[in-house]
Amino acid sequence: MSELIKKTAAELGSLIASGEVSAVEVAQAHLDRIAAVEDRVHAFLHVGAEAALAQAAAVDARRAAGEELGPLAGVPIAHKDVFTTKDMPTTAGSKILEGWRPPYDATVTRRLREAGLVILGKTNLDEFAMGSSTENSAYGPTHNPWDLTRIPGGSSGGASASVAAYEAPLSTGTDTGGSIRQPAAVTGIVGMKPTYGGSSRYGLIAFASSLDTPGPFARNVMDAALLHEAFSGHDPMDSTSIDQPVPSVVEAARQGDVAGLTVGVVKEFGGDGYQPGVLARFQEAVELLESLGAKVVEVSCPSFTYALPAYYLIAPSECSSNLARFDAMRYGLRVGDDGTRSAEEVMALTRAAGFGPEVKRRIMLGTYALSSGYYDAYYGSAQKVRTLISRDFDAAFQHVDVLISPTTPTTAFPIGERADDPMAMYLADLCTIPSNLAGNAALSVPCGLADEDGLPVGLQIMAPVLGDDRCYRVGAAVERAFESRWGGPLLSKAPAL
Amino acid sequence: MSAITREEVAHLARLSRLALADEELDHFAAQLDQIVGAVARVAEVATADIPPSSHALPLTNVFRPDVVAPSLTPEQALSGAPAVEDDRFRVPRILGEEA
Repeated sequence: MSELIKKTAAELGSLIASGEVSAVEVAQAHLDRIAAVEDRVHAFLHVGAEAALAQAAAVDARRAAGEELGPLAGVPIAHKDVFTTKDMPTTAGSKILEGWRPPYDATVTRRLREAGLVILGKTNLDEFAMGSSTENSAYGPTHNPWDLTRIPGGSSGGASASVAAYEAPLSTGTDTGGSIRQPAAVTGIVGMKPTYGGSSRYGLIAFASSLDTPGPFARNVMDAALLHEAFSGHDPMDSTSIDQPVPSVVEAARQGDVAGLTVGVVKEFGGDGYQPGVLARFQEAVELLESLGAKVVEVSCPSFTYALPAYYLIAPSECSSNLARFDAMRYGLRVGDDGTRSAEEVMALTRAAGFGPEVKRRIMLGTYALSSGYYDAYYGSAQKVRTLISRDFDAAFQHVDVLISPTTPTTAFPIGERADDPMAMYLADLCTIPSNLAGNAALSVPCGLADEDGLPVGLQIMAPVLGDDRCYRVGAAVERAFESRWGGPLLSKAPAL
Repeated sequence: MSAITREEVAHLARLSRLALADEELDHFAAQLDQIVGAVARVAEVATADIPPSSHALPLTNVFRPDVVAPSLTPEQALSGAPAVEDDRFRVPRILGEEA
């Protein structure tokens, strides 16, 4: 096993920039690692070895020609298979898009290429990013590198597993209800949901458009900040993209300091339904923040207890509309077109064959919530809860700089345990959903291992809209203090694959 | 009492263009009924004086300049189509025989 795969993205970037190693060597080391562990982890739906080596060679040629390259030029990345890529298949984890090659690149994809990042392949996900375990992928589950019988989180479970298994130093994800933060927490890595509109949705296959947010995964806070800066920023192709400068997250990660900050502990996120080992590690993080000079206070956000039900009305409603585009006419699967059936019959047969159970459930749930007669009671009420949640955040941020909570109520659960119990599965996103509904920034950083099962626990750090830098500033301080206590990154305690 | 019956699921499936099998109708009816029962809690706090939010950011009518820019060629646009004829998407009939 090459030592290169254990390096941080920042280290790899400077080794490549100085010419000590070539981007091709770095790409090859990660492709070798993928070849060695993928049969057990299954993080990828597609590995593009040839294309990756060609991209790496192009970076080496540019460096040799004396070109000034960015900090991540030549660094490999695993790309969630929900972003369109011209040179690779894009499936969104669904059979309805099996074998589809998009005719265009997502803005995030384009910016990765422009930064010189080397795309190794596309990572597994719950179908159309709907799920918390990656078990809803039509192509089989991904396995958590800490314990291969457990889920890696979801929907960005291939993304989290690829980074935790050292198959890539960085990966992209998308977070609609916690799909970056929850997988990061349960695999012991860093995951960031930027402020909604801070990263472009153009070319991101839509699930719930008012919530979907691309963001970075990495093994440390600085690497996540570097990737965040590389693909964020205004995009005229996304009408909900924020036309303001990206918060200086790399600088904040470099500072990593909480002295003088006020940190609010969300009172509603704890107690019944939370694993004791998760609460114990969270309490240690609270004490750590105090020891680093932060003032810690308890904050009540009463509407947060209604976030989960509001989300499971709003997200399915938006998905029922968004997924209407899969109509078997212009791209993707077509089933039953035997010359006798109408377009409408072909459409219904194709969608029944091409979508998995969770996607069908959500489409029908959303259709129900938007039906006349039910609209006010369900979708309308959920939109009002959304207002209340934003008000709770606004009130809290009058008094505190950041809010904290456990990222998830439990550690990674066994594959299969919640597979046919949708309500139990939905609870995995209990603490992450409020920040999707309000659109604010939120980060998950490793916070230790639960005593009961020895599995990773995540600390969630929430900041106001466009306060992404605060997440990184606090996250870097917590990471540095914890790592000096642990004697290295949490991931170094993971069993060897 | 169940809010979501088997008949209700059949109706939702028709609206959603999902040709579900009979056994799927029963399975989804039980699950959707449980989910709807749990999410109905939102009505407890959604009083008339609270304005709804459809979105996290206060954005309205975002435009970009209406200028001609490079776009997909017909070949690229048709590259993923299940069936193509004469540079067009070929689709099953959309009107009844007697139309």
